[in-house]
Formats: sequence, C-alpha cells, structure tokens
Amino acid sequence: MKGILGKKVGMTQIYGQNGEIIPVTVIEAGPCFITQIKTKERDGYDAIQVGFEEVKPKRLTKPELGHLQKADAPNLRHLREFALDEGETFELGQRLDASVFEVGDTVDVVGTSKGKGFAGAIKRHHFQRQRKTHGQSDRERAPGSLGAGTTPGRTFKGKRMAGRMGGERVTVQNLKIVLVDRERNMLAIKGAVPGAKDGLVMICQAVKAN
Amino acid sequence: MANLVQMLEAEQKEKFGQNLPQIDPGDTVRVHVRIVEGKRERVQIFEGLVLGISGSGSNRSITVRRMGAHGVGVERVFPLYSPRVDKFEVMRKAKVRRAKLYYMRERTGKRARLKERLRR
Repeated sequence: MKGILGKKVGMTQIYGQNGEIIPVTVIEAGPCFITQIKTKERDGYDAIQVGFEEVKPKRLTKPELGHLQKADAPNLRHLREFALDEGETFELGQRLDASVFEVGDTVDVVGTSKGKGFAGAIKRHHFQRQRKTHGQSDRERAPGSLGAGTTPGRTFKGKRMAGRMGGERVTVQNLKIVLVDRERNMLAIKGAVPGAKDGLVMICQAVKAN
Repeated sequence: MANLVQMLEAEQKEKFGQNLPQIDPGDTVRVHVRIVEGKRERVQIFEGLVLGISGSGSNRSITVRRMGAHGVGVERVFPLYSPRVDKFEVMRKAKVRRAKLYYMRERTGKRARLKERLRR
C-alpha cells in the first residue's frame, strides 16, 4: 500500500485545465524514511514503519534515537505504520517522497481533527434544534428526551449527549491528488483534510478506490 | 522559506496574471470572457462598474455591476487570475471613498454617477 506522512500547510484554489477552480489542501509530504519493517514471522503482520520530520537529537529520547539508528535514518519526530499488501517489498532506511503518488490518484487522508471543546448535542451529534417560538424558552438547543420512563428506569450507555468534541482521529476517503511536486515535497489534494495547519496527516492509497 | 501555499499562489499569479492592470473599486472595466460553446470558443465582453474586490493572493476577484435590459442590474464576479478571462480593460477610474460600493445598487440615473479621477 502506498503511503506517506505529511504536514498540512493550508488551503487555496488552483485553476484546472478548463479554467475551473479547484479547492485544494496543500501538504508538505515527506521526505519520509522507512524505520522498521514488520514481518508476519516476527510481528504477526506485515507493515512498514515510516518516520517523518527531522528534528534535533535532543528532542528525542535515547530509545527513540537507538531505534532510528538501526535503520540509519535521520532523527525523526513522527513514526506511523502502513500495512503492506502481498508481495510488496521495501528496504530498511529507504527514502519516500511525494512522488510515491501521481496526479489523479485517489487517496484516504488521516488526521487529528481540531478540538472543539465541550460541545452541545446539536454540534456534536447533529441533533435538531427545537423551535424558537410558541412559548418555548431555554429549550432551543436542548437534546430532548434521554430515554423512556420507569422501564428501563435508566439512561442507556452510549446515549449521545454533550461533551468533548474533536481532537480525534478522522479519515477522509477518496480524495483526488491534483498536484505532485517532488522537489518541494508538495502534494495538493482536492478538498479539505482533517486537522489544523501544521498538523500531521497520513496519506494512503484509497481503500475503496474504484 | 515562504509557505508552500504562498509559493503556489505566486506561481498561479505569474502564470495567469500577465498584463493585469491595476483595478480599484469605482473603476469601469471591460472584461473579455472566454465562452466555450460546444467546441467553439468566443469572447464576450462584460462592461460595468467594479463594486469591490475580495480575496487575496491568486484568489482575488472583483464584482462587476452593469445595467441590463429593463433597468435590471446584473452583477458578475470574476477571479482576476482566471484563465477563462481573456483580459481586463480599465475604461474609467472614479473618485470613491469606500472599498465596497454596495450603495450603488440603490442608485439609478443621475444619482448613479461617480466623479472621474484623473490621476493615480
């Protein structure tokens, strides 16, 4: 499976072939290094561990440095795994850059969504707002009933209510790659991508591509 | 290093923004729009008053207002760096004191005149 790690830079618009405007997210993708190869025999599954973003050695712990040294990789801040398909081979320490993808590829992008803080049921679970008039007061954004009465006599676990929202792993599927620039390690992906600017994103080959 | 987004926008400007005149709110401009009909391509001209400029970088666009038939106002938004626009021509510049001339929508006839600005 093709994949790379990157950093969200921001969004802009570019002009397509027929002069149409395409909204794109610009991602600084790579250079990444393969830091470990997991095999079925040793680890129970096949995957590659990929590292991204070079930092000063003092930003990492000694165990981290030792792990990276084994792969002869630079000091990398982020490590993530990509599952391998049958028959794919990679080398330890191999460098990956934006050119693993081509223009027109469909990809899934994984990121950490922006934290929304303590959010009500309307924003968090797309509940409907109640009516603003007809003698109502203070109920506009209330969640409504939490369940039946004496039977069952309790609120079920997992009942959707207000609470912390965002800051969790989100995947957006089937986005198109619009631009690939190997020199500048740049990818432009059509549409929005989860997370804040400067956030880490994982870009993988689309699971449901057709 | 400049941000990748800024670099990309600068390139788009470089590519599509050749011979772009200075356009300000209050200007009367002639926009040459490329129109594709099936396989044929022709250029249509839309002339009107620039009500305002919005956006930044390569996403900057102008709103142009023109009087259509039967006193119906027609407003169109043109991205400045769009490849679909052949060229912009500034016909007249006017003295205005606002960045957005939305008040011009309520004005017709003699009250819709703007004083010409000769320099700058």
